[in-house]
Amino acid sequence: MLDIKGLKVKLEEEDKQILKGVDLHVEAGKVHAIMGPNGSGKSTLSYVLSGREGYEVTEGSASLLGEDILDMEPEERAAAGLFLAFQYPVEIPGVGNMTFLRTALNSQRKARGQEEISSADFLKLIREKAKNLQIEPEMLKRAVNVGFSGGEKKRNEILQMAVLEPKMCILDETDSGLDVDAMKLVSDGVNALRDEGRGFLVITHYQRLLNHIKPDVVHIMSDGRIVKTGGPELALEVEENGYGDILNEVA
Amino acid sequence: MAKAAIKQQKAEATEARLAGLTLPESGAWAREAREAALERVRSMGLPHRRDEYWKFTDPTSLTAEEPPQASVFETGEPPLFDGVDRLKVVFVDGVFDPEASDDLSLEGIEIERLSEAMAKDIHWVRDLYGKIEGASHEKVDRPLAAFNTAFATDGVVIRVTGKPSKPVSLVYLHKSERSDAILHHCVKVEEGAELTILENGPAAARFSKGLEVDVADTGAFHLVRAQGRDHERRAVTGTFARLGRESTFKTFTLTVNGVMTRNEAYVELTGDEAVCHIAGACLGDGRDFHHDATVFVTHDAVNCESRQVFKNVLRNGATGVFQGKILVKQGAQKTDGYQISQSLLLDDDSTFQAKPELEIYADDVACSHGSTSGAIDADALYYLRARGMAKAEAENLLTLAFVAEALEEIENEAYAEELRERLAGWLERRRDRAAG
Repeated sequence: MLDIKGLKVKLEEEDKQILKGVDLHVEAGKVHAIMGPNGSGKSTLSYVLSGREGYEVTEGSASLLGEDILDMEPEERAAAGLFLAFQYPVEIPGVGNMTFLRTALNSQRKARGQEEISSADFLKLIREKAKNLQIEPEMLKRAVNVGFSGGEKKRNEILQMAVLEPKMCILDETDSGLDVDAMKLVSDGVNALRDEGRGFLVITHYQRLLNHIKPDVVHIMSDGRIVKTGGPELALEVEENGYGDILNEVA
Repeated sequence: MAKAAIKQQKAEATEARLAGLTLPESGAWAREAREAALERVRSMGLPHRRDEYWKFTDPTSLTAEEPPQASVFETGEPPLFDGVDRLKVVFVDGVFDPEASDDLSLEGIEIERLSEAMAKDIHWVRDLYGKIEGASHEKVDRPLAAFNTAFATDGVVIRVTGKPSKPVSLVYLHKSERSDAILHHCVKVEEGAELTILENGPAAARFSKGLEVDVADTGAFHLVRAQGRDHERRAVTGTFARLGRESTFKTFTLTVNGVMTRNEAYVELTGDEAVCHIAGACLGDGRDFHHDATVFVTHDAVNCESRQVFKNVLRNGATGVFQGKILVKQGAQKTDGYQISQSLLLDDDSTFQAKPELEIYADDVACSHGSTSGAIDADALYYLRARGMAKAEAENLLTLAFVAEALEEIENEAYAEELRERLAGWLERRRDRAAG
């Protein structure tokens, strides 16, 4: 599904190397988690994959279903099936949440040569998806993320994921700012989307999200590299001993 | 240049411009009103590039003897407000067209042609024509408004006595490439009465328009206008209003295209608890686009509210200007004054110049103003693109969202939605053009 090879990335503005050679392979149907201390490059990886400006790839490659994505525009990556659930969802005053979602969905469909979805079908689709995430109809009418609580913003991200049905989902610190109930809701939303054809990359600082979204593979990232890979037990190890022990061990 | 020399030059230029003109035929009171206005023009002098009030806008083409040629633009779209149940009053190149207009009768209003009203010896409009315009020069000279009052050849005068079931729709068609139209309308809203005017169209190659509105206690007046899509047309308009107690006055102006637009508004809040909203949106594309919104709101009563909301979208070297002032007179306590002007500059070539001003002589007021100009928010753009929207599409969505705040000032949602759709179409055409 997602293949990252020897990816090295620096900031465009300053000559600072953030990713120093990342290798990662996420298979369809699997959930991979990336854990790591702050500043290890986890979020940068998600931004680079989704096409945010300000980063320069100096070496390596990333492909989705065999297609090189690094030269694609962000919207082309989205149409190809990549989705990033933002750590900090952006507020967009003046753009209604429904308009936003329908425009996004139709843009992707158009890009893939599919017919646009009708207003009636879209309404039906969104009502059903919103209900599962306990999103009130009123939230759909409001401007995108404007005045949303932290939990509402994250639920809104998952709603977008559910509507857009991407092939590869990257969740960047989706647990940050969530209380226990909200985390359960968001996790249920993610778990509902797990299937054979879809890959997940869950980026998190803490192990607690992984109690709800059970990973198949756990990677530890540090200083721009993946330094250790293992099963779910690796996350528990972090939970018990912190990152210090693991990092000392690989150093 | 020395001040005296400019003054001399202005006086000479004014006399030269007036030399070839004669006041239109009218009855006694109207003749007096026109002569008084002409005297105002003489004493103020026509605007000069060096005038402070014309610092950002060159008045030359507005004062020139002949209007520069302006080709007629066929939009290929149905006219705006076509689906609205309305009383249609049509002017072609500044001349009333009775054939194209509806019968001028509507319950709740008395409406007639300006020329007819002016031919009468006795007419209520005598107390309004040129009166608010005449009072508007106290702080700033508005010679082009006085010029309009002196030389207006057509227009409508409306007395609103009730709450008519539909709006009056002034439709301005532009058919001649050299037309030079001067219209003046007067509206008197009686106590508790209400009227909405819809205005649409480029009107002429060069268009001068005056609108004087007197809103009595608890009356309401709404104006929603769009200035057409002709690229080469020029317009200078003046909206003058006086508001009584608990009255409402709201205007919205949409300007797209046009090489020269100067829209002035002058509003006096003279009755307690009056409300005045003046809003506008302009979308300009290209070096030839120049748009200037100049607003002056005077608070002269207690507990009044005024809002000025202006949004400009400028691209490919377009220029936008906003001069907005709130004057709070002594004793106008509890004034709530607000003013915002914002520009979205879609490239580095476009310019927005803003001059927000507050002048306050009362001590218990809440007045605020703000002005911003900037590019499209990069984070928002990235977010939309990451969800699959093409860059141009995402930019258009964000641009519409930016303008939406001004459109929200329109009370009638159907009119607002119609304008929003036209704006979306304008943006889409430009996107397609850019995509080649």
